[in-house]
Amino acid sequence: MNIDYSQEAPAVAGRLTLAEIEELVAKPLDTRPDKKYFIALSISGSALMIGAICLALSFYYGLGLWGNNQPIGWAFDIVNFVFWVGIGHAGTLISAILFLLRQKWRTGIARFAEAMTIFAVMCAGIFPAIHTGRPWLDGYLLPYPNQHSLWVNFTSPLLWDVFAVSTYFTVSLVFWYIGLIPDFATLRDRTSSKIKKTIYSLFSLGWRHSSRHWQHYEKSYMLLAGFATPLVLSVHTIVSFDFAVSILPGWHTTIFPPYFVAGAIFSGFAMVVTVLVFVRKIFDLENIITMDHLEKMNKVILATGMMVGYAYGMEFFIAWYSGVQAEQFVFVNRAFGPYAWAYWIMVSCNVIFPQLFWVKKFRRSIPVMMVVVILVNVGMWFERFVITVTSLHRDFLPSSWAYYTPTLYDFGILIGSFGLFFTLVILFTKSLPVVSISEVKAVAEGAQPSHHGGVVNA
Amino acid sequence: MHNKNLFGVSALFDSPDKIISVAKKTTDAGYKKFDINTPYPVHGMEKAMKLKPSKLGFITLVFGLTGSFIALLFMYWTMSVDYPMIISGKPFFALPAFIPVTFEVTVLLATLATVIGMITFFFKFPENHHPLHDTNYMKQVSKDKFGLVIESADKNFELEKVKEFLQSLNPIAIEEIYYQEKANNSLLEPRFLTLLFAIALVTSGTTYFVLNKLLYMTPFDWMSTQLKLNPQKPSDLFSDGYGMRSPVKGTVAQGFMPYLAKGNPNPNSNDLLENPYLITEENIKLGKSKYLTFCSPCHGNFGDGDSRLRGQFPNPPSLHSKRAQDFKDGMIYHVIVNGQNSMPSYAPYLNHEERWSVVNYIRVLQRAKNASESDIQFAKKENVKNASN
Ligand code: HEC
Repeated sequence: MNIDYSQEAPAVAGRLTLAEIEELVAKPLDTRPDKKYFIALSISGSALMIGAICLALSFYYGLGLWGNNQPIGWAFDIVNFVFWVGIGHAGTLISAILFLLRQKWRTGIARFAEAMTIFAVMCAGIFPAIHTGRPWLDGYLLPYPNQHSLWVNFTSPLLWDVFAVSTYFTVSLVFWYIGLIPDFATLRDRTSSKIKKTIYSLFSLGWRHSSRHWQHYEKSYMLLAGFATPLVLSVHTIVSFDFAVSILPGWHTTIFPPYFVAGAIFSGFAMVVTVLVFVRKIFDLENIITMDHLEKMNKVILATGMMVGYAYGMEFFIAWYSGVQAEQFVFVNRAFGPYAWAYWIMVSCNVIFPQLFWVKKFRRSIPVMMVVVILVNVGMWFERFVITVTSLHRDFLPSSWAYYTPTLYDFGILIGSFGLFFTLVILFTKSLPVVSISEVKAVAEGAQPSHHGGVVNA
Repeated sequence: MHNKNLFGVSALFDSPDKIISVAKKTTDAGYKKFDINTPYPVHGMEKAMKLKPSKLGFITLVFGLTGSFIALLFMYWTMSVDYPMIISGKPFFALPAFIPVTFEVTVLLATLATVIGMITFFFKFPENHHPLHDTNYMKQVSKDKFGLVIESADKNFELEKVKEFLQSLNPIAIEEIYYQEKANNSLLEPRFLTLLFAIALVTSGTTYFVLNKLLYMTPFDWMSTQLKLNPQKPSDLFSDGYGMRSPVKGTVAQGFMPYLAKGNPNPNSNDLLENPYLITEENIKLGKSKYLTFCSPCHGNFGDGDSRLRGQFPNPPSLHSKRAQDFKDGMIYHVIVNGQNSMPSYAPYLNHEERWSVVNYIRVLQRAKNASESDIQFAKKENVKNASN
């Protein structure tokens, strides 16, 4: 394997022409879905149904069906919430932060990653809503004038969460839609079906690829990226405040915000790689989502994995260094107590296995990559489990110590959230261009004027 | 003159280098109302077309700042003015705790305003009936060609001249573009109106059903039908059949110490209580307000016994009588709690502290009405001091 890192690899491989790029990306939309598609859809749909049934039963009989009980009042519900919000972060990172850093390689994966952000935040949003027990009263979370003349508590991290997650969802959706407008116009102009044309026209808003519009469009993209960047950092910071602002040993740490953000990017990238490996294969997008892109993402996974590992170590150090006995107890208990199994799954999946990515060969090998990223997904889920459950299960009084065991309903709802996520992903691959057509065209070879052509000579 | 229906003339080119030079030449030729259509943004086009920098950023700035301001103001009003509440020992206006929400609202408002502003104000979208739509030109620039349109609305537009000019640029194709026939106003179509009406009906119906019916059905009502015992409801659990328990004998609620001389019209002076409250300004103010509310209707504002009840109730004696002046504090307290002859008890309306403050206030009235020379001297001095302040 001989890769020259001294030169930037082209963002689009295989010297595709503009028309070929468009053809490749639009193909899944023009062809009828095949059998495999329906098989995949039925699997994810079944998972979704399992979740829906468990959820309906939980609504009917109440949250007693779940494993949560004193003192472990937060368990799968919050674990899943944090997990899914974290998954979402990769999308915004790729679409906004890498945009500001002018990383051309982001174009091939940005659309997909943004879609995953939106779907992941949808999955995440379910959990805080249902963990209230009576989700039909969740409207109380919003500050609206009401007959109780009460307002929400603006100093509570749980309320900040409401604002952070809903803003994050809205902004991601808008950002995504803005990116889609030119593609809708392109699809509108190439389709021959009347129904499709009506739909695409509606969503393209009448986009004309006008340069007078492109100018504002690019500006808005820049502004939105500028906002999305601090936003994405703020969201997981605020999620970490849910824990860090409390005074519970194991939660009450200042390292939480950066640690959560790094973990979010880590798990999000792992999820993006997991899905993209399949997508590029199934839809023949190997030239647009190239091995170089995957390798770059694996590097990010390696880097953020090390940050997460550093945070694990630092938590222990501070527990010892602070001299707070309760804190020391919590951490020793985490690693060697009744939940040691969860702790060591977390450490091995998040810190040990990603070290394989130091080797170039492994970074560029699809099977190795698949194994590692799936382990990272598992590990990051367990990280949230360890943080939430182990800090709670040893209360201050030994008489209120307990061991949390999830019930079938907990698992059902978790499976359901994966079902929802993958159902949306699968539907997305067949109904919208999974790669931004206009952006990829813009970074194709020869797509931009050479320095001697155009302006200077004319 | 050209055809009135003519929108403009377009030309297609096939490389980004070419379109940049075309844009440059078109501006140089003095055309103002022209447009370049490219499948993706081509770098350097703004310069070639001599476009002014986008002003979109101003929308973002204004709405972003508005967002921060509204959020802070709203939190200040709810948390410090409308319903002040101390939470976790934070001040009513806890700025650090308000920052997250301020930030989120800023970002939300700024992005939404930027996008909506751009689409409606800068692009004038949605516009699916633009003459360029559904032309071969549009199809090409949507895919991989680069196009130029010179609009007939331009001052210098002359069909032949423009065509000549375009030809000189070596295009792949030239196309004349015409306005399409105007689509009739679909907003007033009966079918659309019916649809709107149906949506309104369904929305309001569902809302009514959910809020007034559904929320009272099982399982949504389970919170109100619980196994716990409700006060005032019978229960088989206890032998007396009551759901509510009465407190253990001898229980004393806080602030409700029983009064031992209760019911005794001529209490022994040993049974009377000592006044536990000092005469402070605050205490007297409380006493004054309670006296004016509860005692003055019969006893008069200054205790002279000049009732406002116009004979509907026997006038009480003056509180400045020798007898009343000689009362121990505890005796006045006794009258308040117990009543005296035709005067009813005021115990239910006044708590411990309020009763004693009324006693203190009556002492103030008594001293004021029967002031000694030294009192007057003192009051004069106080007045001078207050006036010079
Ligand atoms: C409904 C009218 C009424 C109100 C209100 C009322 N009183 Fe009286 N009060 C009377 C009457 C009548 C008497 C004379 C009772 C009697 O015949 O001994 C009296 C007697 C008294 C006496 C005894 C005076 C004496 O010389 O024997 C005191 C002290 C007194 N009231 C204090 C109060 C105070 C303090 C309040 C306010 C909490 C109050 N009263 C409110 C009607 C009233």
